[in-house]
Amino acid sequence: MSPLLEVADLHVEFRSRGSAVKAVNGLSYTLEEGETLAILGESGSGKSVAAQAVMGILDTPPGRITNGSVRFRGTELLGLPEKKRRAYRGAQIAMIFQDALSSLNPVHRVGDQIAEMLVVHRGTSRREARKRAVELMDRVRIPSAAERAGDFPHQFSGGMRQRVMIAMALALEPDVLIADEPTTALDVTVQAQIMRLLSELQDEMAMGLILITHDLGVVADVADRIALMYAGRVVEEAGVEELYARPAHPYAEGLLLSVPRIDVRGRELTPIKGAPPNLAAIPPGCPFHPRCPRARDRCSAEVPELRLVRAGEGASDRSGARSGAPSPGNDSGHRSACHYAEEVVSDGR
Amino acid sequence: MWRYVVRRLLQMVPVLIGTTLLIYLAVFALPGDPIRALGGDKPMPPAVYASLRHHYHLDQPLIVQYGHYLWGLVHGDFGETLNGQPVADVMKTDWAVTARLALTAWIFELVVGIGLGVWAGRRKGGVVDTLVLSGTTLVIAVPTFVLAYCAQLVFGLKLGWFPTAGTDDGWPYSYLLPGIVLGSASLAYIARLTRTSLVENFRADYVRTAVAKGLSRRRVLVRHTLRNSLIPVITYLGVDLGSLMAGAIVIEGIFNLPGIGGQIFTAIQIKDGPTVVGIATLLVLVYLFANLVVDILYGVLDPRIRYE
Amino acid sequence: MSETTQVAATAQTGAVVSGASASLWGDAWRDLCRRVTFWVAVVILAFMGLLAAFPSLFTSVGPNGGCDVRQAKLRPPSWNPFAGGHHPLGTDTHGCDYWAQIVHGTRAPIVVGFLVTGIALALAITLGSLSGYYGRLLDAFLSRITDIFFGLPLLLGALVILTAFPSHGVFAESFVLGLLWWPTMTRLMRGQVLSVRDADYVQAARLLGARDLRIVVRHILPNAVAPVFVYAMLNVGVVIGYEATLDYLGVGLQYPTVSWGLQLSQAQEIFTDYPYLLIYPAVFLTATVLSFLLLGDAVRDALDPKLR
Repeated sequence: MSPLLEVADLHVEFRSRGSAVKAVNGLSYTLEEGETLAILGESGSGKSVAAQAVMGILDTPPGRITNGSVRFRGTELLGLPEKKRRAYRGAQIAMIFQDALSSLNPVHRVGDQIAEMLVVHRGTSRREARKRAVELMDRVRIPSAAERAGDFPHQFSGGMRQRVMIAMALALEPDVLIADEPTTALDVTVQAQIMRLLSELQDEMAMGLILITHDLGVVADVADRIALMYAGRVVEEAGVEELYARPAHPYAEGLLLSVPRIDVRGRELTPIKGAPPNLAAIPPGCPFHPRCPRARDRCSAEVPELRLVRAGEGASDRSGARSGAPSPGNDSGHRSACHYAEEVVSDGR
Repeated sequence: MWRYVVRRLLQMVPVLIGTTLLIYLAVFALPGDPIRALGGDKPMPPAVYASLRHHYHLDQPLIVQYGHYLWGLVHGDFGETLNGQPVADVMKTDWAVTARLALTAWIFELVVGIGLGVWAGRRKGGVVDTLVLSGTTLVIAVPTFVLAYCAQLVFGLKLGWFPTAGTDDGWPYSYLLPGIVLGSASLAYIARLTRTSLVENFRADYVRTAVAKGLSRRRVLVRHTLRNSLIPVITYLGVDLGSLMAGAIVIEGIFNLPGIGGQIFTAIQIKDGPTVVGIATLLVLVYLFANLVVDILYGVLDPRIRYE
Repeated sequence: MSETTQVAATAQTGAVVSGASASLWGDAWRDLCRRVTFWVAVVILAFMGLLAAFPSLFTSVGPNGGCDVRQAKLRPPSWNPFAGGHHPLGTDTHGCDYWAQIVHGTRAPIVVGFLVTGIALALAITLGSLSGYYGRLLDAFLSRITDIFFGLPLLLGALVILTAFPSHGVFAESFVLGLLWWPTMTRLMRGQVLSVRDADYVQAARLLGARDLRIVVRHILPNAVAPVFVYAMLNVGVVIGYEATLDYLGVGLQYPTVSWGLQLSQAQEIFTDYPYLLIYPAVFLTATVLSFLLLGDAVRDALDPKLR
């Protein structure tokens, strides 16, 4: 059964004054129906750019998709004429952003902004669309939805504004929702509420959810699978529990070691040495090698492929292609882009 | 919303008093004796001189003079010219000319200015954009009176498209050329302001959201970017009226239009203090009122302001 | 540095690609050097500066010198000013060599432009910083005063004051214009200081025990002053334009001072028959103002981090 969304070997670069910044370098991942995929990475890892490329909302003069394919239910999206592409945007694949205050139009009422989705895509009448907007605001648990629909974005609190964004994105019951750091700008308790809301809505609507974040804690609760990004490509991909328990890439290993844990006392925090790479001059070979404690000669010469480290149930395909339908607790395999991944796994045991 | 309006109105009062005081001081506190000038070359008998001075309150301390003036203003009395006519009468006949001139300039600069700004901003860096940017810079660089003479020469005399002077052809023909010249500098500013505002708003996060919602480019432009972009332009329009009024002084002279701009200029030349103050006060009143309207409009367009 | 070692160094830190410094002013300067309009403006202004400072390099006659009324209104021999001859640009209504008059007419507008901007800038930086930094009473008081000045359209105020002003020299005119010009720049500076004042690094400086003066001078000013600086550059051009208008209206500089505005004023009655009388000073005036505008635009674009 074909996956809901399939991104293969995506390359995005930005040209400015002669130099090219390679923001995304061969990104590949798949999203199945009803699945929550967390794309994890530091700032500068290319996760937001990749999401925008998938949506087709990249700023195309500086940015360019130089290679790759994005398939939604088997249909190739890249290269579609803009008018057809627009039909998918918002209706089949929707996106919500980090800062709801700047992401909502300040001079339009909130209800109108939600209703706009229905008016434009489905041709619904203004009145009917407004009614639906209030229903949606109710569904995302905004109190007194009917009155608040006439308010402006700056009159809401941060958490409420993010709910408005979610209501707007879900207005047309899309099959995929991409959430780009939806809770980074919110404080912790509100974060938890929003994540729970997203999770519930996803179950109700059987939506695929791509959660882009840099917060390991947020991911642990909600995600089914994780794709860990570094320097514009996926370096490890696995089910959440699998990756947390048995990381197969030094980067994941380092990340997990650097997170403070409430149950381990008296241990020093071990950060990953060095800094994220300059995307205009990515190191040769494995991009992580300058910071890797396990780096060897091969690492600075040869770029590691994302390959299967442990096959998922029902899969024996070494090429790392999609395999079997996932189910909670079960996974479609554990992939890593490290020459010495097996070593990492065995060291961790 | 009402609180906002009332607050703006109240703020206007001290400004009005301060500005008229400034004008008053400028005219009457500086050397130069208008009464003697009235007499021309002939020496004036002391009794006549004294009585004239008394009539115009010039023999009293400045503050008292100003007090008299304010009191008169409140009753709609703009004072008397040095010839004995009420200033208000002098203004009545001529203000219509200036109003028509200003209106022509205003409509022209708004329509063409915003149009050019949007056209240039849509394709930033394109041919239209570069042309608009360089064209507007050039127009701003040339002083208005030079522009006026050149326009008169080229379009009035050589090409004969417009009447060169006077109001014989009535509205709008007589006012077209002077109005266009008067509005040209403001047009340049408006076009640039619109363009910059549009370009900035295109980069805004909420535009990205609008695109992510699957809206068409046109809808994103019109419903989401344009209105937000026009807010700074609206604010500019208030200040603009001031420069239009000042520019009218020059334009009316060059195109021989009998408006209050020319009136105030003549009054300045012959040192007719009361007329200068009277007309200047009227202009300031109009200017402050226009700014008030602009402020209110701003509140209507940008809901964030209303609730501050 | 060989390529591999450079790559290795980059890989280690991953931070800096090129070796050059990345300070705001350093970056801005490099950006400026790349722009054609910057160099065009610099060349023109350098030329005008030479004309103003060393007029004797360009003409042997003094200001208003060597005028022979019998040779008045001589048209230039050809449109090519380098064709040579005794009067390459013809003569004016008094028979003075037009080229000499234009050369001598350069100094006054430029001096006025810089003086006025200088006065306004000095006032703006001090008053704006004080008002923005200390706030409350001082700020409220200053805001009311700037409001009052804003209620008066600039040309109107300049007209009124200059007519009654006893002196008409360059310094007198600069003083009056400076008096009218400082509110806009002050408000701009104040706004900038306000936006920088609450920045974290200012708080940090305060917590480290820095005195107010040090905070303002070392932390707030460098970060707040850039837009004001750009505005000042553009402003010199605008002042020059205004100055010419005031000369043309007869309330600015007067004979025997020579300025482009005065030359244009002389030309107004007869330019339809002798267009060169209008065109030459107009070209020089426009070129100078344009250069300041281009310079200001280029500096602003170079300093704007968003446009990188």
